[in-house]
Amino acid sequence: MSTTQISPTTSGDAPVVYEVTQLTPNERFARWARELGWRHLVGLLMIPIVLLPILFALSMSLKGPTASLNGVGDQRMFTAFDLSTYEMLFTETVFPRWALNSLIICGITAIGTVLMGSAAAYAFSRFRFAGRRGGLTALLIVQMFPQMLAFVAIFLLVRSLGEVYPFLGENNHVALIAIYLGGALGSNAFLMYGFFNTVPRELDEAAKIDGASHAQIFWTIILRLVLPILTVVGLLSFVGTYGDFIIAKVLMTQENNYTIAVGLYQWATRPLVTPWAQFAAGAVIAAIPVIILFMFLQKYIVSGLTAGSVKG
Amino acid sequence: MMDRSKAPEAETSPARTGQSPPGRPETHHARDIKPGFLVKLLLMMLVNAFLVFGIMSAVSAQAWGVLAGTVAILVVVNWVYFSRRAIPAKYLVPGLIFLLVFQVFVMAYTAYVAFTNYGTSHSITRDQAIERIQEYNERQMPDSPTYQLTVLERDGEISFGIVDGGVAKVGSADEPLAPVEGATVTGEGAGARIDSVEGFRALGFADLLGLPEDVTKIRVPWSDDSADGSLRTTNGTIGLRNVSALTYDAAAGTMTNVETGVVYTEGDRGSFVAPDGTELLPGWRVNVGFENFARMVTDGKLAEPFAKTMAWTFVFGFLSVLTTFAAGLLLAVTFNNMRMRSRAWYRAMLILPYAFPGFLSALIWAGMLNTSFGYINQELLGGADIAWLGDPVLAKVSILAVNLWLGFPYMFLISTGALQAIPSDIYEAATIDGAGPFRSFRSLTLPLLLVAVTPLLIASFAFNFNNFSLIYMLTSGGPKFVGNEYNLGSTDILISMVYKIAVEAGGTKDYGLASAMSIVIFVIVGLVSYIGFRKTRQLEEIN
Repeated sequence: MSTTQISPTTSGDAPVVYEVTQLTPNERFARWARELGWRHLVGLLMIPIVLLPILFALSMSLKGPTASLNGVGDQRMFTAFDLSTYEMLFTETVFPRWALNSLIICGITAIGTVLMGSAAAYAFSRFRFAGRRGGLTALLIVQMFPQMLAFVAIFLLVRSLGEVYPFLGENNHVALIAIYLGGALGSNAFLMYGFFNTVPRELDEAAKIDGASHAQIFWTIILRLVLPILTVVGLLSFVGTYGDFIIAKVLMTQENNYTIAVGLYQWATRPLVTPWAQFAAGAVIAAIPVIILFMFLQKYIVSGLTAGSVKG
Repeated sequence: MMDRSKAPEAETSPARTGQSPPGRPETHHARDIKPGFLVKLLLMMLVNAFLVFGIMSAVSAQAWGVLAGTVAILVVVNWVYFSRRAIPAKYLVPGLIFLLVFQVFVMAYTAYVAFTNYGTSHSITRDQAIERIQEYNERQMPDSPTYQLTVLERDGEISFGIVDGGVAKVGSADEPLAPVEGATVTGEGAGARIDSVEGFRALGFADLLGLPEDVTKIRVPWSDDSADGSLRTTNGTIGLRNVSALTYDAAAGTMTNVETGVVYTEGDRGSFVAPDGTELLPGWRVNVGFENFARMVTDGKLAEPFAKTMAWTFVFGFLSVLTTFAAGLLLAVTFNNMRMRSRAWYRAMLILPYAFPGFLSALIWAGMLNTSFGYINQELLGGADIAWLGDPVLAKVSILAVNLWLGFPYMFLISTGALQAIPSDIYEAATIDGAGPFRSFRSLTLPLLLVAVTPLLIASFAFNFNNFSLIYMLTSGGPKFVGNEYNLGSTDILISMVYKIAVEAGGTKDYGLASAMSIVIFVIVGLVSYIGFRKTRQLEEIN
C-alpha cells in the first residue's frame, strides 16, 4: 500500500495532515465488494424471487385461452405470445362484469369514506362538545377490531335487513357498500383527525368573523386545504376494499354479482380443469390499477407506516 | 353520506347575533332560504322517505329489531339536522350510523348469538318452528275427499281453485284458501270444478308443463291455522287435503303424533323431544348459556381440532411476524447505505410484492405449488413430486414461505423508515468508543429500531392472526384432519375455522358456535391490541 501526504489548504492555526490511501485496482475492488458490492449481490438475488410469481402470471396469460393448470406439463415461462386470452376475457367471460362491480363498489365506498371521515374529523378537530374525548377513545378502540371478524353476524344482519329492504340483502351491492362504509370511520377518521389539526384554526376564525357558517367553513375552506389527505384516504380505502375477500364471498353468491377477488378465486380453484390462462389474464388486468395507485401513493404509505399510520 | 347538511345554521349567522360586519348586505338574514337549506331539505326528504318505507316494510315483515333500529335512526337524523343545536352531531351522524350498525352492532350481535344455538336447524322462532314441523309432517288425510282442482295464475303467482261444500275457494302458497267472488263452476257435488275466476287465468294441462314451478310441490294452506293442513295436488287436476301427523297442544306445549301416539315434549335445547330421545326438527333459537364455549374444549369431535387450530394460529402469527421482520430488517440494513448506487431501483423492485394485490399473489402461488402440475415441481425442480400444500408439515412451511414473500416488503419499508430516523452521530460516537459494526447494530440500531416498530409488529401479528384470505386461497385449511364434521384441516386458523362452521357447513351450519369462536378471536385481538396500544403515541393525540 503506497501512501502520499498532502497538506490541506484550509485556514487553521496548525496545518492538518491527512493520510490519503492510494489503492491498487485489486484492493479497490475488494473494498468495493466488502462495502457495497455484496449489497448489489443481495439485490440481484432478490429480483428473481420478487418477480417470479408476477412473471409467471404474465407468461401464463400469454399462452392462449386453453392453457390450464391441469394440462400435461407445459408450465414453462414465456413459450408463447398470444393475446387472445385477453380478448376472450373481455368478450366471452363474466370478468368485465366483475371488474365493473369492483370499480363501482370500491369507488362509492372510497367517496363515502372520504366524506364521512372528513366530516367526523372536522367535528372532532374544530368543535369542543360533551363526549368528544370519549368518542375519540371509542374510535381508537373500535379501530382495533377489524370489521371482518364479525362476518357471521354481518351475514345474519344482512339476511334480516334484506327482508325489509330488498336492496340491503344478500347478493346486493348496496349492502356490501353499506358494510364497507361501516368500517370507514373506524379506520380513517383518526388519520384525518391528525391532519385536520395541522390546519391553523385562525383560518376558520377569520372566516367566522367574516360571517361564514360552519358548513361554509367546512366545504369551502377546510376541505380544500386537506385535499391531499382526502385523496390518500380515498385511494387507500379503494385499495383496501378491492382486496376484501371474506365479506364479499359470504354475501355474494351469484356469479354476476361477484367482485374481482371472489370471481378470480372461483376460477383459480375450479377443480378438474382450472382455467389458468384465463385466471392469469384476469389477475394481470386486476393488478394493474392497484400497482399504479400504489406507486402513486408510495410516499404517503411509507410515511404513514412509519408514523404508526396516525400522524399526518 | 347523503344526509350531510350544507345549510348555514341560524345561530352562527351574524345577522342574528348582531355582529354583522360593515358592508354586509342587509338581505342576508337567518330567515332567508338559502340554496344550502334547499339541498338539505331535499336530502332529508329522500332519507326520510327511505326510512319511512323501511318502517312500513319492517312492520309487514314483522321484523321488530329492524323496526326499532329504523325508528331510532329516523328520530335521531331529523332531530340532528333540523335542530339549531348539536352542530358537531351534524358532521358525526352519517359516519356514526354506519359505524354503529355495521361495526358496533354486529360485534354486539356476535356476542349475543354466541350464547344461543342459532344454526341451520335452530334458525327460527318457536311459533315458526311449530308451523314448519306440522308442514313437514303432512300426509294425505286418511278419508280426504277428492276435489276437482283448477290451477290458476295471476301476475306470475300460481293459485289453486276448488269447490268445497258448494263454495268456490281459491288460495296460493302465501294466501290460505278463501271463498272467491266471480267464479264460474261446472258440475255438482264432488264433481264440481271451477272453470274460470275473474282476474285469474285458468291453466290447462299444456300450460302446466311450461310452468317454471312444479305444481306438485305447491302447498296451499287450508286456513290460517297450520293444524288444518293444506291442499295439494299430485297431477294438477285433482286436489287432496293433507293434514299433519303431528298436532300441537298449546296448553301442554307438546307435539303429539296422532298415528303412533308418541308425545314430544319441549326440551331445553329449543326443540321437541320424544321420550326415546328423537328430536323433531326444525327447532328454534334458545339461549344455551356458555355451552358453545364449553364445546370448544369438551366436545369430543371439536376439542382436538380446535386446540390444534388455536396453537397453529399463534405459531403462524408469530412466525410470520418473525420471518418477515427478519428479512425486511436485513434488506433494510443492506440497502441503507448512502453511497450505494441504484438504491431507488432496488427498492422499487423489493416492494413489488406489497403493491401486487395479496389475494392474487396467494392464488398464483397456490397454482405454482400444485403438486402434479405446478411450476415449482414441474420446471424449477425438474418434475419433482413434492406435496407442497398436501402434506401437513410442508403445507405449514409453504404458507409461511408465501407469507414471507408477501410480507417482507412491508417490514422492509418500516425498517428503512425507522433506520433513517436514527441519528447518525451516535454511530460515530460508538466507533470512537471502539464498537464494530455488529456491536453497534446489536447495541444501538436494534434497540432504537424496536422502539419505533414494536407497535407495528404487534399490529402485524393481529393482522396475520386473522389472515383469512392467505390460508383460504392457498390451502383452504387443508390437508384435512380425519373425521371431523366441519372439514377442518391442519392449516386452518381460527377465522377460517369460523368460516367453515358458519358458511361452508352444508346442513349443519352453527352460527352460535361460530360466533362463540369469533368472541374468542375478539378477546385475543383485543389483548394483543391493548399491548400494542400502550406502546403507541396515539393516546397523546386526544386532547
